[in-house]
Amino acid sequence: MSDKVLQKNDLDRLLDRLRSEYQMYAPARQGPSVVWKKADQAKELLWEFSNTDMSPKSFFFPQTECLMHFKNDTRDSQGMVMQEEQALEQKQALLGIRPCDAKAFVVLDRVFCRDETSCDPYWQDKREKTLLIGLACKDPCPTCFCTAVHCGPHNREGLDMLMIDLGEQVLLKGITPKGEEILSDFPEADKEQTEQAREQKEQAERSIASSPAMDNIESRKVLELYESGMWDRMPETCINCGICTFYCPVCHCFDIQDENQGDYGQRIRNWDTCMSWLFTQHTSGHNPRGTKKDRVRQRFMHKFKYMPIKLAGALGCVGCGRCTQKCPVNIDVREVINQMNQEAAVE
Amino acid sequence: MKEMAEQIRTRARELLSQGRVDCVIGYRKGSVPMQEQPFIAYTPEEADQLTWSVFCTSNLANFLIKRPGKKAVVAQGCISRSIVGLIKENQVNREDVYILGVHSPGMVDAGKVRDRFPDRVLHQVYLEGEDLVVKGRDFTERVPHKEVKRNNCYTCTHRNAVIYDEFIGEKGQETGGGNIDKVAAPWDRLEPGQRWEKFTSNFKDCIRCYACRNVCPLCYCDVCFVDEHNPQWCGKGQEETDIYTFHILRAFHCAGRCTDCGACESACPVGIKMRALTSKLEFDVRQNYDYSPGLDMESIPPLSNYKKDDPEIN
Repeated sequence: MSDKVLQKNDLDRLLDRLRSEYQMYAPARQGPSVVWKKADQAKELLWEFSNTDMSPKSFFFPQTECLMHFKNDTRDSQGMVMQEEQALEQKQALLGIRPCDAKAFVVLDRVFCRDETSCDPYWQDKREKTLLIGLACKDPCPTCFCTAVHCGPHNREGLDMLMIDLGEQVLLKGITPKGEEILSDFPEADKEQTEQAREQKEQAERSIASSPAMDNIESRKVLELYESGMWDRMPETCINCGICTFYCPVCHCFDIQDENQGDYGQRIRNWDTCMSWLFTQHTSGHNPRGTKKDRVRQRFMHKFKYMPIKLAGALGCVGCGRCTQKCPVNIDVREVINQMNQEAAVE
Repeated sequence: MKEMAEQIRTRARELLSQGRVDCVIGYRKGSVPMQEQPFIAYTPEEADQLTWSVFCTSNLANFLIKRPGKKAVVAQGCISRSIVGLIKENQVNREDVYILGVHSPGMVDAGKVRDRFPDRVLHQVYLEGEDLVVKGRDFTERVPHKEVKRNNCYTCTHRNAVIYDEFIGEKGQETGGGNIDKVAAPWDRLEPGQRWEKFTSNFKDCIRCYACRNVCPLCYCDVCFVDEHNPQWCGKGQEETDIYTFHILRAFHCAGRCTDCGACESACPVGIKMRALTSKLEFDVRQNYDYSPGLDMESIPPLSNYKKDDPEIN
């Protein structure tokens, strides 16, 4: 389908079309932060922002999510009752999601829904009911490196449609059949506008200053990389907090807890973090990742070595730079990648 | 500031090459604006990476704990007070630490700087004279350093290291100018309901990353109470009660020990003001026990001690 275009002040035509079917969400300013909020009017949409503070992964994978309620009342004739949670009632649309965050969903689909026998119904339900409308990046941050990790400022993977901000107008690219259908009768973009969008893409890609190379990481054996000397020094000043994992759009580890009061309770799952010693603590007292070095190494090996092996090349990183921006002790993922890659080159 | 950094490097090189210490714990230039990186130099060559600036917001005393060998550490007032506390609490041996005392210029609150440029991405920030020079892709602006310091730096009572083996550079003005007692004062003007409102709204954005705890040199417990599971004192989810339990209990564990270094607030990714609680606890400790933590090696921390005439506090 050819590209479509709408005047920015006419963009409610798109939102009107979505409103009846979807609960819409979009990035919004809240004090110094940019957060995801319910949106209703096109005038509420933000155009000048780098990205939301937190990634949108919580739409499908909330920090705390109830998996079921249970009752274990022995006096009750029903005995033990486990009650499933309600599925998401209304479809939702995320307007203005950045391409890197959408790409993260594609990676996570492969983790949560690898095949029919291991499909996570909680992720799948919300994911299938959500329309993703991307907003291409005009001005990538100094910490962005999406182009180095199979992504880019106009990357389309995972999106139903992509918006490109041309100033007065918005260029709309339909990507999935669903996205194309919504846009089908909007006015077509002229050659000049399409050209402007293409130039903007190239300009945005050029302005990404960091491009850590990863070619050697791929060819290096797992154990060689695992035993590399870099892991002795690099984690020294890590404080093992959970910021990098919680802000990461791809990190997806969780912990399941039963919270009960008397005979009633709920089973919840919470974001967990491999930075915590508790993450791998065994009941026996043994901890296979007992040191800070073990834990920091795990995070980066998982993203750049184990995941590509298990998921046919998919990386556990989309280059959004949140971990680097937020780390209180300035552990910079690009520097870690460089070290992982460099040492491979030397040997 | 550049001279200070050079002097730190020079002394670090000497201490390492003379074998007087095994490592020097300091900061090196960070890779993102307004963020220096805690760094441990083991060789004279590595010491060349050390720096000193208005962006040194971590508490380096944290890296002394459980680290074997003899360590030199760069310490301004609050950090040196943390070291005193750790020595008194038997976490650090005085003989194993060589303190390079410094004067704090007042560290920058990166959030305050970013708040001034809400729609713009900052590429570089550095101190020039009395101002921070803030650069983006197509702009350069100046922000007075004195307007964007961390809140704890305005009410600092000891900007010079209180304990040191040698002092680097000149001693400077001792206080930040503000009145530390006033930080806690708002609590006393509030009714219980209003206090609860202030308390809960202060912590409502917490994501439980525990950066505040992990960056704090007071939090050295092998197992924090929130990580215990038998009994489990605190739920693990985003339930408000569990978030509030964590923060209020952590604050109480810091009473009479917090040196107001501000590392917790600098580390917090969502901008929570932990000092709202710790300032009140430290105020009460000053009022009731006439004690401020980390100022000398002799006095006994009041909450480590019991006296028959300890005041009853309501």
